[in-house]
Amino acid sequence: MSAADGGAPTLSVRNLETHFFTRDGVAKAVDGVSFYIGKGEIMGLVGESGSGKSVTGFSVIGLVDPPGEVVGGEVLFNGENLLAAGEERMRQLRGNRVAMIFQDPMMTLNPVLRVDTQMIETVLAHDKSVSKDEARQRARDALGQVGIPSPDERLKAYPHQFSGGMRQRVAIAIALLNKPDLIIADEPTTALDVTIQGQILYEAQKLCRETGTALIWITHDLAVVAGLADRICVMYAGRVVEQGKLDDVLDHPVHPYTVGLLGSVPGHNTRGQRLFQIPGMTPSLLKLPRGCSFQERCPRADAACGADPEITQPVPDRNVRCFHPHLEEAAE
Amino acid sequence: MTVFIIRRLMQSILVVFVMSFLVFGGVNLVGDPVEMMVSDEADQEERERVIRSMGLDKPWYAQYGIFVANALQGDLGKSFVYGEQALGIIVQRMPATFELALAALLMAIVIGIPLGVFAGLKPEARTSKVIMTGSILGFSLPTFWVGLMFIMVFAVVLGWLPSTGRGETVQLMGIDVSFLTFDGLSHLLLPAVNLALFKISLVIRLARAGTREIVHQDYIKFARAKGLSQERVILVHLMKNIMIPVVTVLGLEFGGLIAFSVVTETVFAWPGMGKLIIDSIQSLDRPVIVAYLMIIVLVFVVINLVVDVLYSILDPRVRLQDVKG
Repeated sequence: MSAADGGAPTLSVRNLETHFFTRDGVAKAVDGVSFYIGKGEIMGLVGESGSGKSVTGFSVIGLVDPPGEVVGGEVLFNGENLLAAGEERMRQLRGNRVAMIFQDPMMTLNPVLRVDTQMIETVLAHDKSVSKDEARQRARDALGQVGIPSPDERLKAYPHQFSGGMRQRVAIAIALLNKPDLIIADEPTTALDVTIQGQILYEAQKLCRETGTALIWITHDLAVVAGLADRICVMYAGRVVEQGKLDDVLDHPVHPYTVGLLGSVPGHNTRGQRLFQIPGMTPSLLKLPRGCSFQERCPRADAACGADPEITQPVPDRNVRCFHPHLEEAAE
Repeated sequence: MTVFIIRRLMQSILVVFVMSFLVFGGVNLVGDPVEMMVSDEADQEERERVIRSMGLDKPWYAQYGIFVANALQGDLGKSFVYGEQALGIIVQRMPATFELALAALLMAIVIGIPLGVFAGLKPEARTSKVIMTGSILGFSLPTFWVGLMFIMVFAVVLGWLPSTGRGETVQLMGIDVSFLTFDGLSHLLLPAVNLALFKISLVIRLARAGTREIVHQDYIKFARAKGLSQERVILVHLMKNIMIPVVTVLGLEFGGLIAFSVVTETVFAWPGMGKLIIDSIQSLDRPVIVAYLMIIVLVFVVINLVVDVLYSILDPRVRLQDVKG
């Protein structure tokens, strides 16, 4: 299922660095992020607000807005380095081989254009040989695929005639139109209520299994990732602090941040008790401490944390950036 | 939509009626046309004869009643000065003003929108700063002065373009128009630019503000994420959104172009309604003033209706329904 099982990964990101050149200094929103994702695989990219997870997604697809800029690393998509690709090549890939779904479904569809216009143009932008009728056909099929009833009628509607959940389905349908190899979903269910969220997660999972599309699911909601992903990447202050197979990481987190994060999820057996919380706040990207950026909030930090932690593999198939990983629990 | 239009038409009739009362009343308060019409040497008998012939011997409400009764039959009274139907005189001048206003409107759209969108997309570029500075000039330079400068430079010094009149006209569907002949077009150019300058600046600012706001919307980013070409993102996704405020404002401004093209028409001796109204006010030619204002009211009512309909075409979220109560 993953690249480790054989076959080249769909996407391999190495040492990606995206910096924002603000008036107050350089914010390293993405600072040496590496991960890979195989065919049909779902990867959960988890982190707090401002941890750089969305910027990572936009960096891959080449849509980082100024003052942000990708300054280093490699994004290998089916073996092609996207950071070296020109604007026209990126345009050809976007919406075609790599699609993206945004967070707020109320804002992603153009309010003054009909749904069919917005879908058909996505097909025609990548394949001029398709007739308008064929493109409409494909749009209709895609709407049906994501579970929108009476797609023929809905094609003629405007976005404001859809509910939030339905709009997100339309956005997902648009992402699916050209049967991409990779979909980057940037918190697509955050703005939706829980039942709709469940339906969309189910559809997303089914689609990846059926079509072999790789999926990066960006979220801050561990519960979502737990029910969806194959692997998980935990980001903190622009860095991936821990990544591995989903079950392994959730059962035996190794990085103190992941441990804290999982510890702060409320559950049945914590009822009535005070919830655990990670002390302190996410540091500003402009004023990160030297060395490990989590040290100020970390119960295990000591003098060694003043140096930059390298990526290590303290347990098999797990990448961790920490000098003092929780190996006791993992070894159980 | 049909219900909306019918309802609006009925409201419009009310507006026209109220305006007729205000206009008629207002005109009766300013000046005494008799003083202008009758020479100083005329005796009392002569004066009374003139007053009777103009219907000024009756009380104001009787005058208004007669005016309304006649107006309903399409008769807005005879001009004191020309002795002809006031409506006829105005309608005769109308095509010239409409042509000028339309030309100015067209320029505002064709020049203003591309410049504004450019300035909005690249706010830091030098060209954008030049455009924005230019628009401030367009806003603040007085129309009459710019008109005089145009005449100075292009008519007097360079001698490229004529400075007065409409030039050669041809009939288009029974209306005299200038823009179909080369001579007419050359006469139209200077006054149209003069009149358009303010509107171009206005459209530039509106289009720029709209662009700067819309370009950061998620749906523009999403359109790019779909792999659409830059041209399609700008010309379709962005343009259609910025056109909403532009159409609203231009609709209202178009009424203004027609009603207040007075200055430009005076400077360039353009034989339109604006020049007529100035002359009529000076000679206290009440029927012409009233008829002119009534026509302007109608023009505004029609334009507002057209803008509302256009608005609903541009923005599907707008439904043409009246809010009740």
